[in-house]
Amino acid sequence: MSKKTTTITPYANGPLVVRGDFDIVDSDGHVVPTPRSTVALCRCGISTIKPFCDGTHKAIKFQTDPPLEPVGVEAPRQ
Amino acid sequence: MQRSRFGQLVSTFASRGPRSDELFDILASSPSEDPDGVTRFARAVEMAVATSEDIVVDDDLQLALFMLYGLAYGGVIETDEDWEWNPALIAARRSIEAAFEHALRTRIVLPTLPQPTGADVAAALFLLAAEDTGPSLSRFIARKATREQAIELVIQRSIYTLKEADTHSWAIPRLAGRSKAALVEIQADEYGGGRPERVHAEIFANTMRALDLNSTYGAYVDLVPAITLASMNMMSMFGMNRRLRGAIVGHLAAFEMTSSIPNRFYGNGFRRLGFGNDVTLYFDEHVEADAVHEQIAARDLAGSLAEDHPGLLGDIFFGAAACLAMDGWLGSHLLGAWESGVSSLLQPIAPAK
Ligand code: FES
Repeated sequence: MSKKTTTITPYANGPLVVRGDFDIVDSDGHVVPTPRSTVALCRCGISTIKPFCDGTHKAIKFQTDPPLEPVGVEAPRQ
Repeated sequence: MQRSRFGQLVSTFASRGPRSDELFDILASSPSEDPDGVTRFARAVEMAVATSEDIVVDDDLQLALFMLYGLAYGGVIETDEDWEWNPALIAARRSIEAAFEHALRTRIVLPTLPQPTGADVAAALFLLAAEDTGPSLSRFIARKATREQAIELVIQRSIYTLKEADTHSWAIPRLAGRSKAALVEIQADEYGGGRPERVHAEIFANTMRALDLNSTYGAYVDLVPAITLASMNMMSMFGMNRRLRGAIVGHLAAFEMTSSIPNRFYGNGFRRLGFGNDVTLYFDEHVEADAVHEQIAARDLAGSLAEDHPGLLGDIFFGAAACLAMDGWLGSHLLGAWESGVSSLLQPIAPAK
C-alpha cells in the first residue's frame, strides 16, 4: 500500500477523481476553493465549471475506454 | 396548515380516501387502545390493494404508504412512536409494498444486462441513462417555465428533497466493503461533509424560504399528486427492505447520472426568471457534486456491488430503470399539465410576487 495520502483516479469516459489531502491552485498561485473532500476534474475540456467536471462529457460522448461489448446474460436469481 | 380534527395528532396534510382516513384515526390513538381496530385496518388495506385500479397512482394507498414510512423517518406525522413497529401497521405496509413492487416490476423494462464486472456495470448504467428518452423537464424550466411553474417544481421536489439522501442511507449497513465505502463517500457529501449548513436538504430548505415557501417537511403534501408520493415511496421501499438493496443502489446511480446536467438547466431557468443566488445555490451545488457522485455511484458503488454479489445484478438495473421510468412519469405529469395551461399541483398556488 502506498503511503501517499492523495489519489487521482481516471474514471472511464469521464473525469479524474481526486481524493485525499490536496489543494487546487490556479495559475496565479491562488487556492481554488474545493467545497468537498472528493472532487472530479474535467479531462474532456468542455466543462462549464472548470477545473471541475460538470457531467457534460456525456453530452459529447467523451471516450477514454473502448465501448461496452453488448453481451446479454441472464440475471441469476437471488 | 395544522389539522386539529384528529385529536392530538399534528399533521400538515389531510387524508385522501377511506384507508388514509382510518390511518389518521389510528395514529391519533395509542397503540394499546384498540388492537382489533388496527387489525381490521390491515385487512381493509389488503382489500383495497386487491381492488386498486392502479396502485402506482392510487392517492389513498400511496398516501397511506407515505404515512407508514413516515413513522420510520420521523417528521411526517407526530404520533406515539411505538406505532413504528406495530405488527398490524407493518402488515398493512407490506401489502401495499407487495402490490407496488409487482406493478413496478411488470411495467419497467430492463435493459440487456452486462457482465457483472465493475467496468461493464458502470458503462451499462451510463448507457441506460444516456438512452433514456424521458421528457426534458430541465430544458423546459431553463427556457420556457413561468415563475409559478418553476415554483411548482420546487414544491413537487420538496417531498423528497427536504429528506434528500435519507432514502438511500438505509442501505449503508446492508452493504459491505467497497460498495459500503462508496455509498458513505457519496452520502457524507450529501450530508455536508460535517458542516450542517452544507447538508443538501438544508440548502434546498434555503431555496424554498428564498421563494417564500414553507420549508417544514410535508407542508405541501396536500398539493402534490399521487405520482409524486409514489416516487418518494419507491425510494423508501427500495431503501428500507434489505432484500431490495440492489435496487436502491441502482436507483442512486441513475439518479446521480441524471442530475448534474439537469441541475445546470434548473439553475439557468431560475436565473432567467430573475431569481438570485439564494434560490439557485441548491441547483448550482448539484452540478459539481453530482458529477462526482455519478462516477462513484456507477463504478465504485454499483460496479463493486455487482462484482461482489452477481446475484444482485438484475436488481441494480431494475432500480436504475425504475428511477428513470418514475422520473419520466412525473415529468410527463408536470409537462402535460403546463402544456395544457394548468397547474401540476392539485390546487394552484397563489401567483408569485
Ligand atoms: S470530464 Fe466531465 S465535463 Fe469534462
